Parts: sequence; C-alpha cells; structure tokens
Amino acid sequence: MKEFRYERPTDADSAVALLTDAPGAAYLGGGTNLVDLMKLGVAAPDLLVDVSRLPFEEVEETDGGGLRVGAAVRNSTLAARRMVRERYPIVSEALLSGASAQLRNAATVGGNLLQRTRCLYFQDVGKPCNKRRPGSGCPAREGVHRDLAILGASEHCVATHPSDLAVALAALDAMVHLVSAAGPRSLPLTELHRLPGDEPHRDTVLRHGELITAVELPPPVPEARSAYRKARDRASYAFALASVAAVLQVRGGMVHHVRIAFGALAARPWRARTAEEALLGQPATEEAFGEAVDRELAAARPLRDNGYKVPLARRLAVSVLTDLAAPDAGGQR
Amino acid sequence: MGAMTAVTLNVNGERFSRELDNRTTLLDLLREHAHLSGVKKGCDHGQCGACTVLLDGRRVNSCLLLAVAMDGTEITTIEGLSDGTTLHPLQRAFVDHDAFQCGFCTPGQICSAVGAIAEARAGWPSAVTAHDAPPGPVELTVPEVRERMSGNLCRCGAYVNIVSAVREVAR
Amino acid sequence: MTTTKPLLGAPTARLEAREKVTGTARYATDYPTDRTAYAWPVPATVVRGEITAIDATAALADPAVLAVLSHQNAPRLRETDDPFVTVLQSPRINHRGQYVALAVATSLEAARAAAEAIRVTYRCEPHDVVLTPDHPGLYKPDEVGVGMPADREHGDFDTTYANARVRIDVVYETPALHNHPMEPHSATALWDGDELTVYDSNQDSSGVQQALARLFGLAADKVHVVNEHVGGGFGSKGSARAPVVLAAMAARTVRRPVKLALPRNQLAATIGYRAPTIQRIRVGADAEGHIHALAHELVTQTATVGEFVEFAAVPTRTMYHAPHSRTTHRVTRLDVPAPSWMRAPGECPGMFALESAMDELALACGLDPVELRLRNEPTVEPDTGLPYSSRHLVECLREGARRFGWHDRDARIATSREGRFLIGSGVAASTYPAFVMPSHAEAHAAADGGYEVRVSASDIGTGARTVLAQIAAEALGVPLDSVRVRVGSSDLPPASVAGGSSGTASWGWPVHKACTELRRRLAECGHAVPEQGITVAADIAEELDDREDFARHAFGAQFAEVQVDPVTGETRVRRLLGVFAAGRILNPRTARSQFIGGMTMGLGMALLEGSTMDREFGDYAERDLASYHVPACADVPEIDVHWIDEEDPHLNPMGSKGIGEIGIVGTAAAIANAVHHATGVRLRALPIHPDALLTRLADQLGLA
Repeated sequence: MKEFRYERPTDADSAVALLTDAPGAAYLGGGTNLVDLMKLGVAAPDLLVDVSRLPFEEVEETDGGGLRVGAAVRNSTLAARRMVRERYPIVSEALLSGASAQLRNAATVGGNLLQRTRCLYFQDVGKPCNKRRPGSGCPAREGVHRDLAILGASEHCVATHPSDLAVALAALDAMVHLVSAAGPRSLPLTELHRLPGDEPHRDTVLRHGELITAVELPPPVPEARSAYRKARDRASYAFALASVAAVLQVRGGMVHHVRIAFGALAARPWRARTAEEALLGQPATEEAFGEAVDRELAAARPLRDNGYKVPLARRLAVSVLTDLAAPDAGGQR
Repeated sequence: MGAMTAVTLNVNGERFSRELDNRTTLLDLLREHAHLSGVKKGCDHGQCGACTVLLDGRRVNSCLLLAVAMDGTEITTIEGLSDGTTLHPLQRAFVDHDAFQCGFCTPGQICSAVGAIAEARAGWPSAVTAHDAPPGPVELTVPEVRERMSGNLCRCGAYVNIVSAVREVAR
Repeated sequence: MTTTKPLLGAPTARLEAREKVTGTARYATDYPTDRTAYAWPVPATVVRGEITAIDATAALADPAVLAVLSHQNAPRLRETDDPFVTVLQSPRINHRGQYVALAVATSLEAARAAAEAIRVTYRCEPHDVVLTPDHPGLYKPDEVGVGMPADREHGDFDTTYANARVRIDVVYETPALHNHPMEPHSATALWDGDELTVYDSNQDSSGVQQALARLFGLAADKVHVVNEHVGGGFGSKGSARAPVVLAAMAARTVRRPVKLALPRNQLAATIGYRAPTIQRIRVGADAEGHIHALAHELVTQTATVGEFVEFAAVPTRTMYHAPHSRTTHRVTRLDVPAPSWMRAPGECPGMFALESAMDELALACGLDPVELRLRNEPTVEPDTGLPYSSRHLVECLREGARRFGWHDRDARIATSREGRFLIGSGVAASTYPAFVMPSHAEAHAAADGGYEVRVSASDIGTGARTVLAQIAAEALGVPLDSVRVRVGSSDLPPASVAGGSSGTASWGWPVHKACTELRRRLAECGHAVPEQGITVAADIAEELDDREDFARHAFGAQFAEVQVDPVTGETRVRRLLGVFAAGRILNPRTARSQFIGGMTMGLGMALLEGSTMDREFGDYAERDLASYHVPACADVPEIDVHWIDEEDPHLNPMGSKGIGEIGIVGTAAAIANAVHHATGVRLRALPIHPDALLTRLADQLGLA
C-alpha cells in the first residue's frame, strides 16, 4: 500500500474541491472495498478524502412519496429501516443477501454502488487486466471466468458488477444524485455503470471528483409485488452466480407493469428491457415469462465455463416472476 | 515515515492517542500499537471475520477500517468484554458449549455474537427473517443465528456448537 | 486413593478454554517483543525460469525498511530436499508464488509497501501445470505416504472383472483443496547470540526444532520452538514452512525480533494443499452384490521439487472383501506448488471415490447401500491378511441407519419433494488408520503435592492438552486440577507431530507410562517427595517395537440428507449423522467437536471447496477466502455424532484410536450419494456446485 494523505472535510463542497484538484485522490466511504483494493495494490490513491461522516446519513420520504437515501447511510441501517422493508422490500432483501453483517455495518450506500469487480485477474496485480491496467489484456476470457459476464462484455473485459443492492435499485427505477465542481446532477441508476467496450477501466459515467450524495426511489408501484433472489455457491457470505430483482403488477391476468434486473451477468446491473417490453400486456404465465426472458438472454455470449448462467438466470427469473404472479404462492408484495 | 496523523479513540474504555501512519488499519492499531492481541488477523481482507470488534457498538471487520478514519470512535475488543475474572455471558457459553477448537476465530466470533444479539434486539432483519415479521426484536432461531453469524468463518468447524452457545445467551 | 469417577471418558472442558474466549491465548505473532521488525514476502510472478535481476532500490529508499533479502544476500541454509523450507537460496523458479524476496521494516505498513516496490526480472521457460489422466509424465512412485507400496495386486483382477455379472467402471475427480487454517502460517523469531527462539504456528515443535537446527547449522538445543496455541493446521503445519525460516533469516540479518504472518493470498502457493486426483474405480460383483474384483487406480500430481503423492487408493486395501484386486498410484511432476498433507490425506479423496462407487454398485444390484456394505465385510484386512485389532463398521452402519431413520426413507430416485426442493439421502463409510509414533514424556511430582506432565505435544485445537491431563491424572490416581500439563514447546521431551490422528496415542502413551511409573515410585517412598521432586521420563520405542501385527483402523458410517433447489442447482445439507468406532473415546466433549469439525470440512469438500489451476499463469486462481469457499455457519446443519463403545486391547494403554481425521472421510461421498438420490444426477467430480448440477438437472428432470 502506497502512502497517502488523509482529509476529512465536513461538507460536500470541500470534499469535492479537495478531489477535483487532485487527480490521484479518491473518496473513502466505508472502505470495505477500497481499503481491500489498496492492500492488494489495485488502488493506490495519494489522497483519501473521507466522506463517510458527511451529512448524507438520512433516509427520508420525498414530497412525491418516494424515498431519499443519503449516500453515507450504512447498508445495514438501510436494510433495517421499517419504511424500506415495508415499501421497498427488495432493497432490504438485496442488501441482506450480500456480504456479512460486519461488512454491511461499515459499507455505505454510495460505496456499495461504486464497488469494483471481484474478477480474480483484476485483483491480482501480478497478472494483466485491462480494467486495472488499460491495454495489458484480458486473460479471463481464456482463463478462469466461471463467475464472469455473459451480457454486455467486450473482448477487452468480461467483468461483472458485484453489488446486490444495485440490482434491486435498477429494478426500482432509482435515481442517483451527484455533486461535482460543476454543481449537482442526477441520473438513473441504470445509467451509472458502464459496459466495458474499449474502456473497461471506466466502471461508471462519473467524472473525477463527482460524489454520490443520495439515491432516490420513486414511489412504489401500487399493487405491484416484488422479489429478489440470488443463487450462490455458499449459503451466505458469497457473491452471486446470478441474481434477479423483479417487480410485477398483474391486472386481470395480464402484465400491467414489470421490471426485471439481473445481477452478476454483466458489468452493470442488467435491466432486462427487452423482456419487460415483451411482457407488457401479455398474460402473466410461466410460458410468457420464459419466452420473454429467452429474448433477453438471446444476447448472451457465454465463455467456455460460464454458459450455465444463461439457464440459471432464465430459471431464476421465470421462477420469481411466476411466484409473483401467483397471489398466494410465496411471492412477496 | 510518510504521512502520519494523530488519532485519538477510546479502546475498551480507555483513551488511546497516537500519531499513526495513515496506512495503519484499526486491526493493526489494536494488535501492534495497543497490544491487544486478542483481535486476530485471519485474512486481512474482510473475508473471515476473525478481526471483528465493536465500533460504537456495531460489529465491524477491523482489518478494513483505516485507523485514521476512526478518530473519536469507541472500540470494544474481546479484551473489553469482561474484567478478566467474570466472563461475559457469551464467553461463558462458548466454554460451556465447546464452541471452538483452535480458538483463533473465537474472539471475532464472540464480538460478532455480541453485535448479532444487539442487532436482533433492535429488530434488525437478516436474510432469513420473515418478510412480514412484526416490528420489535427478532427471535434468534437456529436459522437466524446461522445466517447472522456467517460473517465469521471457523475452519475447525465449530459452527454447530457456536450456534448453541449464541442461542443460549440470546434467550 | 478416594473413589472418584474415572477421568478418562469424562467430558472435561478444554483447559485453555478461558484463555481462548478472553483473547489471552497467545498465537505465533501475539508475543510482545521489543524493537519488533516486520517481514513481508515477495512471491514469484512467473511459473518457471530464473531470476535475472532484483532491484530493491525503491524499497530501500524508505528509511523504515531495514533489509531486502533475496537469494543474492540471504543467509545460506544447509541443503535439504524439502521444498517448503528451501527459501531464497537460488535464482531458480519452480512454481508461481515461490518466494523470491523478503522485505523487512520497522512497521508492517512499510514492509508491505517495500515488498510491492521490489522489482524482480526473470528469464521464463515454458510451463506445464495441468493434470490430465494420460499425462506423459506419469510414473509409478517408489512408495506412497510413509513406506506404503504404490501398487498392490491380489488374484486375477482383469479376468474376474471381465467375467463379473455386474460391472461398475467409473472415474471420479477431486480438485485441489486448500487447508486454509484460520491462522495463516506465522512466526516470530528472536536470536540471542547463536541461540534461536521462534514462536511458530506449527503442528510439531520438535520437528520444526530439528528442521531449523539443520537449516541453520545449529545444535538442536540452541533452537527453541514455541507453539503454545496454534490456529489450526489440518496438515499444512505438519512440518516447518517458509515463514519460520524467513523470520529467522530476517531476524539474524536485522538483529531484531521479526514477525511474519503470511498474507492469506500467498497460502495457496507456499504451504501445501491436497493435490487434485483422477480416480478410476472398477468393481465386478455378482448379482447379490458380492464384490469379486475391485480396482482403484489413481492419477495425481506433485511438484518438480520434492515428491508428495496423495495416496488415495490406499483405503481400498482395507475396506471391503475383494479376492481379486488392484490398487495403483501414478503421479506426474508439474510446475505447480508442492502439495502436502491435508486432513486425512489419501483416505479423504480415496473414500469419496470408493464410497460413491459402492453407491453405484448398490443401485446396479438393486440393493440397499447399507446392505451392500454389510455383504462385503471382510474377516481380515484384504490387502495384508492381518486380523483387525477391532473393526465395527457393521455396527456403525446399523446404528447410524437406525438413528438416521434410513430404512424409513423412500429409496426411489428423485421422487421426494418438499416445497420446491428435491430431497435425498445418502450413506458412506469412513475409515482412518490408528497410528502411533515414537514420543517421550516426563512426569514430575513436586514436593507441594502438585504434578507436572511435560511433553512437546502440539494442541492445534484438538484438545490434546486436556486429554493428556486426563490420562495423567487417571494414571496417577489424582484429581485433574492437581496436574499441570506443559505442551507446546520443543524444550519439553521430544514428541511427534499433531498429525495422522496420532497425537493422543503417541503422546498419551508415554505420559501414561511415566505417570504409572511415578505413581509406583511415590507409593514406594510413601509419598515422601524430596525437595527437588521426583521426575520420571518415559519413551515408547520399545513398546512400539514389540507390538503384535494387527490391522489397526477406526471405522465409521455417515448419513446425509440434502435438499436441491431445482431452479438454481443449489444444494444444501439438511442433516448429517455420523457413527464412529474409534476405540475408547477419552473425552466425549472434545471428541464430538472433532468429529463434527471433520464432517463440516467434508461438507465443504462436497459442495464448496476446490481450486482452479490457471493454465496460463500456473497458479491456483482462488487464493482468498472470498473465492475459495470454506463452509460458513449458514451452510452447516445440525450434525449428530455418536460412537460405538469399542474395546480394543491392541492399541495403547488408553485403548484409543485417533479421531482427528476420520470425520472428514466419507462425508463427501454421503452427500454426493444423497444428491444422486434427490435428483438422479451422479456428479463424479467435486465440488457439487450449482453450475455443475444445473445442466445435468435440466436433462434429468426435463426442465427448461
């Protein structure tokens, strides 16, 4: 770990100012991923600007009936909020399915969204990786890639995004609020993360110095039910092999509103817009769900050892949607 | 020595103040500077839980926290759970249930269990808590304890006894 | 003497329990030292070749950095063929991750940064790191394990097999498995003139003392190895590993105490692992399930330096009556890290294969798997023709079946469901040899009426300290709390490794002998203990030489119930039950924990653990605890453990067999057999990950 300076500003403007003028600087939230990467030599900031104590620790209802979550709110705090559990249960479920209680107690909402891939090559500075060292190559394509992407990858990178929370937020049409030297801006969560293309070192569309201040959830869709399910090797404390977050509203047996997002399939939470469009106005049946998801996954380009993710994602999604469509069959509100 | 920062925190009820290398983690502060070797380094990357301590009452992995960011906090380690004569109920239960073998993960397990019981009493859900659970304390059933203690790996395989020990105290 | 309850067989709590729950138990890097320096090793980033240059300029620019050691300047060690301790002696690179340098600094942070700043350049050579069943380098080793023949042949296997009514011919694979004790291999080293003291995390303080004395050219009594508490080892700390050697080298160089704890992600390449295996099993039986021909042929890998053969075909020489049999081991040298002991080497992967094949045979014969095993019970050990000192596998199977409710299950394949889950159950047998190794001990009676027992045993979490106190107190006929047990130091009478499930027998025997003699001497002198006390030393070399020939093994039966999610292919274990026959159980409390612990690790082997060789880079890809999944609390169900009261007069004075390893033997087969019962899918390669099961499930169940 390289030496670094440490600053803990008391307001966002100072934090942004500190980072804007320092190209080698990074924000420090809970540190559960950044400190890990610094120890591995993957991240080597020369200045850490601690934003974990900035006044972004509120979870509050918005005027429009949505929810605004400060970026410094700890994962466990958010998961435990009654308002979240009742109105956005998949946020709580997704959070609680990830990491461990200790990590959730430290990790912040903003940091969770900005955590980096767990691709083994990315984490090993002794090996090439285009995300870590642009132009050095991607050995994962031919190497060890069981956990890696089947959607939206490029020849330069097949990393997946590891967040569970981001998958739930993608299905909920969340907005991300940012601030930078140029002022505040907002963008949909689904537009925060980038696909690798030929710039895999850029995980997100954030500019240097831009800071996540909050995540905002629109009001829950009335009468819609939602669920988050995750498949993994270990029963707890493991990243997803694949996960799905779904929101479904059925009227008269027909799909009236549907949101599907996959985790662990791509470099960003994967909103299944093709499947959603295919389902709208269709009967809420297992067959229809299967056909729609197949259309989405037709874009999959699996590698030698991760082809299982196609049937896994399909079956997860169909199973979750089918449960949600059956009012008393174990699906959730 | 490069970038150093003065850090003051409260460890097990005592003020601890030191000028520290910014790279020092809370874990290394505790072990190498405060000489509290009860807290253990199993993986140093937040993947095993052996370094679990309580930070302002919440359980955390001390290996992933930078000491410099802990200024003004209150830390409790395994050494702070009892006065050395009377054991903390969880320490007692771990002995009674033979909830360890090599003992290396044990300080982290016990600190984690303290946190887990507090979280359940505060009504915090886990991945296995029923979605329609009423507000108020969560009962620490066997599945609840298993899920909530999953951030602490034990290679000797003492989980069966750890679950019994935690359940006994949680009752 | 007053009549008290016998101490042997009592569920005595661990003597060190209080230290362990209060954090005062000291492990290798917990000892306070003055002017401590910290060392951080640098692993090779190439697989095979030679170091051409080492540039430590940037590392040494930091005044906190005291030294950078490499083959160019490190203290010379005496030559040895042990790949684990031959460090920084040559520019030659034999595998990726091999240590090429060591940074030593006044702080941990500076040491790590210095290690990162050291630039090493290499001349690379092509490498070969992938084990295949027909690898051109396969050869027959001279021996496997400790002095066991690589091949054994009885009768005419080929003809008998060819003519058998029922034939099973299957290949099982187990992946590379890593020990990953929670305490990474660590050491603190201090020199005082030419005298070396190390606090080291190992399973054998006497053995490490001998190794260090040899390496540094010292008399053994100038080396003091302390391993008072050890954070697990599971075989990987059975002999000296790099950290203690590196720490001693560094401490000599910088003239300060040096602490070195291996970073977790370096363990997979430097401390050993269970080598991957490819095991072909052929069984020829009659329609009633009687085995006539049995072959177990193993292919595995070792490193280019040293040789370790995972002797997985060995248990097949013990388990079942088979008049025509063949067991073979073939190994190839690859440019991989050196494999070594991991809990029940040989038996653990070997019994996964054999006990899975038994399940397949039972189905082929239309027999209950428990019944099949009963029908093939031998009267003498098939390979040696020796009588068993005791063998109660049949009782374990019957008792286990009864307790598990085995005969109440629906034996049909893939028919039981609960909600969306497929439910299944499986059984497998366990076995592990009852070893004893030469050891010494002393018993001392003090003038104040107290007793002290001294033996350089290693309590790696087994409860050795506690059971030795029980043995001593019982032999002395005194209360437990009047006996102080001193273990965990090479300054004590030399004793054997905490390995091979041999500790209690090997250390307990001389302790028992010394205490028995001490008791006699005390009675002789009318308990008039002189000021300096009375000390009795004992060793068991003679007793071991005089032992009659018997096949000495522990046996067991394990039962598993699993649930498989047909949507995801995720398998979770719902119940595990084990019944063991392991001689006399000396401490039911710590014994139960050991059995459970072994079964838990076996669960990990079945469902979670396994490393992938990275063909291009020559290392195991899963090198941390986020990617190499050991079981977490949520993976482990209720585990029910019982044992048969087994009287065996041919073992040792306590009548005990080892219990540290048998728990992991058979678990993976019981679980894999249960997965087959639940789903109809037979996975012959571990681990049973969701992806492996998913595709096969879809075919089996006609699922989309």
